[in-house]
Amino acid sequence: MQLRHIVSVLTCEILSGAERLGLEVEHCFAADLMSDVLASAPHGALLVTGLASPQMVHTAEVADLAAIVVVAGKRPGDEAISFARQRKLPLLLTGLSMFEACSGLSAHGLRGAVRKE
Amino acid sequence: MDGESLYRETLRIKGDDFEHGGEAATQVKALLKQLGLPSTLIRRLSIANFEAEMNVVMYAREATLDVLVYPDLIRVEVADRGPGIADIAWAMQEGHSTATEAMRARGFGAGLGLPNIQRNTDELEVKSDVGVGTTLRYAVYTTPRPKPG
Ligand SMILES: Nc1ncnc2c1ncn2[C@@H]1O[C@H](COP(=O)(O)OP(=O)(O)O)[C@@H](O)[C@H]1O
Ligand SMILES: [Mg+2]
Repeated sequence: MQLRHIVSVLTCEILSGAERLGLEVEHCFAADLMSDVLASAPHGALLVTGLASPQMVHTAEVADLAAIVVVAGKRPGDEAISFARQRKLPLLLTGLSMFEACSGLSAHGLRGAVRKE
Repeated sequence: MDGESLYRETLRIKGDDFEHGGEAATQVKALLKQLGLPSTLIRRLSIANFEAEMNVVMYAREATLDVLVYPDLIRVEVADRGPGIADIAWAMQEGHSTATEAMRARGFGAGLGLPNIQRNTDELEVKSDVGVGTTLRYAVYTTPRPKPG
């Protein structure tokens, strides 16, 4: 699923990474707990989270994730946004809830991703 | 630490600084990328560095993070001044945590940090003096070889 498709399905606001909307993602990992993401999300996955702190951007960066969708209308601070921009990491916002966002993505073919050890 | 390193870098981490927690790990990641190391290895080490950094932010006052690159492995030492860990074996287990609700609201503090570090490294040693501080030493191998022990 292309990021631009995700933007339209979830009616996202694009805070960063507008130049990367052609990127394809296949897997999605949804969590508010960054340690869970670090433990289990495979590289290249889309992160869907209710966390809007700078740490969610750092998490995506260290775990080589493709992009971030912040749900439920939460708005990251300037620090988080400028980090995402520096790294050209797509940071998308949606007003949809975690459940609505995930079920929308799933209905459009995105699959869940848990790395098997 | 042992032998001649090809490359060495020291970074500082401040306790309680959630605004900047994660910057040391991402800086180290950028350095390792410049050195041209394999991305899977950089990813593993960066996950360990990030968890170690967040532990300093959550529990300690300050720390230094040293990265040493050798021909066949990368070593990291995170040495903090802080409360220390009284029972290291307890703290190493998944789900064991003394984090507060406020820390969990930041996405950390579920007792997965030290296990994540263990899982992503080939060597790990945790030393701690209660009331003084904690030192984590870990390494990832750049060329396959058996783990010690
Ligand atoms: N640098 C440190 N200084 C003091 N205590 C620590 C440190 N790192 C970890 N701990 C203790 O070990 C526990 C487990 O750590 P960890 O596995 O990272 O999980 P979490 O940080 O989610 O609690 C922490 O809750 C804390 O009590
Ligand atoms: Mg931790």
